Amino acid sequence: MSKTPCFHCGLDASEANITYDNKSFCCNGCKTVYEIFSTNDLTCYYDLQASAGAKPSDIEGKYNFLDNPKIVESILDFNDEKTQIATLFIPHIHCSSCIWILENLNKLNPSISSSIVNFGKKTVRVTYNSETISLKQLVKLLSSIGYEPFISLDDYSVGKKNVDRSLIYKLGVAGFAFGNVMFLSFPEYFQVTGFWIETYAPLFRWLMFSFSLPVVFYSGQDYLISAYKGLRSKILNIDVPISLGILVLFVRSTAEIILNLGTGFFDSLTGLIFFLLLGKFFQQKTYNYLSFERDYKSYFPIGITKLHPDGTEESVQIYDIEKGDRLLIRNEELIPVDSILIKGKARIDYSFVTGEAEAVYKQSGDKLFAGGKQLKGSIEVDVLKTVEQSYLTQLWSNDVFNKNKEDRFTTLTNAISKKFTIAVLSIAFLATAYWLFVDSSKALNVFTAVLIIACPCAIALAAPFTFGNLLRIFGKLKFYAKNASVIEQLAAINTIIFDKTGTITANKETAITYEGSNLSSDQEILLKSTLRNSNHPLSRSLYNLLNKHDIATLDNYEEHTGKGIEAKRNQNTIKIGSAPFVGYTAETSTLNTAVYVSTNSEYKGRFTFSNKYRKGLSKLFNKLKKHFDLVILSGDNAGETENLTKLLPAKTKLLFNQKPEDKLEYIKHHQQSGAKVLMIGDGLNDAGALAQSDVGIAISENVNIFSPACDAILDASKFNHLYDFIKASKSAIKIIRYSFLLSLIYNSIGLYFAVTGQLAPVIAAILMPLSSISIVLFTTVSTNFVGRKLKKQKKYSLQ
Amino acid sequence: MSVIYILLTISIIVAIGFFVAFIVAVRKGQFDDSYTPSVRVLFEDELIKEKTKKTILTKKD
Repeated sequence: MSKTPCFHCGLDASEANITYDNKSFCCNGCKTVYEIFSTNDLTCYYDLQASAGAKPSDIEGKYNFLDNPKIVESILDFNDEKTQIATLFIPHIHCSSCIWILENLNKLNPSISSSIVNFGKKTVRVTYNSETISLKQLVKLLSSIGYEPFISLDDYSVGKKNVDRSLIYKLGVAGFAFGNVMFLSFPEYFQVTGFWIETYAPLFRWLMFSFSLPVVFYSGQDYLISAYKGLRSKILNIDVPISLGILVLFVRSTAEIILNLGTGFFDSLTGLIFFLLLGKFFQQKTYNYLSFERDYKSYFPIGITKLHPDGTEESVQIYDIEKGDRLLIRNEELIPVDSILIKGKARIDYSFVTGEAEAVYKQSGDKLFAGGKQLKGSIEVDVLKTVEQSYLTQLWSNDVFNKNKEDRFTTLTNAISKKFTIAVLSIAFLATAYWLFVDSSKALNVFTAVLIIACPCAIALAAPFTFGNLLRIFGKLKFYAKNASVIEQLAAINTIIFDKTGTITANKETAITYEGSNLSSDQEILLKSTLRNSNHPLSRSLYNLLNKHDIATLDNYEEHTGKGIEAKRNQNTIKIGSAPFVGYTAETSTLNTAVYVSTNSEYKGRFTFSNKYRKGLSKLFNKLKKHFDLVILSGDNAGETENLTKLLPAKTKLLFNQKPEDKLEYIKHHQQSGAKVLMIGDGLNDAGALAQSDVGIAISENVNIFSPACDAILDASKFNHLYDFIKASKSAIKIIRYSFLLSLIYNSIGLYFAVTGQLAPVIAAILMPLSSISIVLFTTVSTNFVGRKLKKQKKYSLQ
Repeated sequence: MSVIYILLTISIIVAIGFFVAFIVAVRKGQFDDSYTPSVRVLFEDELIKEKTKKTILTKKD
């Protein structure tokens, strides 16, 4: 039978056999969404983009916390008696259909007056009448059409969400002034003497002066402030020579027009600041739908159900949870605090914490850690610790999360600018000294001219444009870096540390190996038939792995929770489960998850489950080992040592049983002995290590869903290209060095005019933008070249 | 008084007018999302029923 895709979500629908309106669907959920859309005349959703939908998930009870008015109040952007406005993050937003349907929400419910999508941020801002629809109903409506919003503890602190638009204002002011000053300078470019100029020049000059005021003191204030801060802490950063240039330009130009000596350099001044800000703007634009600052808050729920002794339920804010409270954790809900399981069967998925994909079973009395997700049914727990004191969340009280990484690191630009500033100042003083002897009237003129022309505009632009462009190229290849300095630091790395589970192993796939005596075909049939009855995840994956057999009817089947399963057919018995359960007493050498099998009380063998390593892992490590020290830091036991030593180059260090703090300390220790560490991890337990390292990269199977705080996010499918990305970063550093050389050439030409005392405003006005533009061109073209090489490599490696 | 003063005044007023328009646009959030409006403008008459039915049929081949 050929595969028919589900009309709504595009998954395979051939097995489900659900048809409606001549269209096939993979499940009833998808069908229901289609029904909702078709009864509301919204089927155009499917015209814009075929199979754009998502399966609606079951959310019964999940959003009960939205009954708590205190929580609702904290999520809303705006709230008066009737109208409420809420901005909801919806990870599924991915195409034009999504925009269309979400902006037509009022067709589904007339209480919604408007909804506006921000595609880049994947949010929808909904305005609705709170008398007829509550936030909870709104969230339910969105979930029912497959657009479940993601509400986390992060949303609790809205209000300070003011968008920072200052850069675009500054850029606007600078551009506006630059254009007008250029216009006003034109007469004097072409006509230096004459009646007309003499009559009107002062007016034009004073107009230029007034246009340049906001540029220097508003648009350029960041440079002045940064230079002042740098000087106070005795650092000659790139902003020092820039500020020097700006101030000298401004003071000299003002002096010239006051004393009526000339027209000044207002055109160069405004142009310089405009170009600098443009570079900054270019660099700042990154991926606003990806968050690199996530901590546990963006992952934890806002509210949870508290059970009172009399059996009543109440939704409480999770900061209000106290030790000793009894909580109800529903299916698919997250455990927000360390607690003890009291009632119910717990199957906890810790994948967000550890990266371990396999869910673990817990019994009442067991301790549960915050961050796990309950997968099956609801459970009741007693709280042991409050949110901030829980095992996982404590990690965030470490100092490393309060430090700014960029401050710890001297950029290439700043390193150059130190030498540059000293050189420029000495040239300026030498030239001035020379002119003091030869023609003292020109001395001051030369001194200021040197400082003006040497203003390192081009140097300041080289790094933002190179890194900014590379950032975009990386983004297209699914490597998302937080900012430009990440690429710069990546180029300086000499040690790479990997987390194991979820990072070098793939999350979804497991490899199963069998050890023991061969099973007869009868026994295999029995094994398969028995597994078929069990819902345990290990049974399911084992069942899928075994060859196809006829399924026999069992005479007897019994499941022993936490131990294993037992079945009987035609006098043959089979036991599948843990070693003691099947009666296997010999030493169990493996530390991996294993399922033991015995038939008729005789031990047969075991199936060992191990994580599958990502494709191309050995190849990548062999490439990396020539240039870097490689370490694997794993929170797991040493069960995989043998496999790893076989797979990886011999000098790779392997460390197991590492707690989150241990990982952090390990990196700190190595950094103190001069290592530049790249940490690659995936779970929340790596968050400390990612923050401590020079560059922390989070591996993510789905970049939209979740990753801990990091400097860059790498799509799991691109893991084996890690080396190429590092190499490209190194090329970027080379490009910047060449740009520095290029701008030095321009500077020397400019200095010739300046030192000889013949710097006219026209020359400055031509030379300064010319150098900036050629640097921008050079860096853009060469990074594109590097990018193309990077893409080509991808193609080869795929073949 | 020369005509240049009038011309200068006018040109600067026009320039400031555009500048104010820019500031207002930024303040209203028009520069916050540079992608969605480009898609939104293409949605116009999608709610007409006959048209949608036809297109669904053509899609299903």
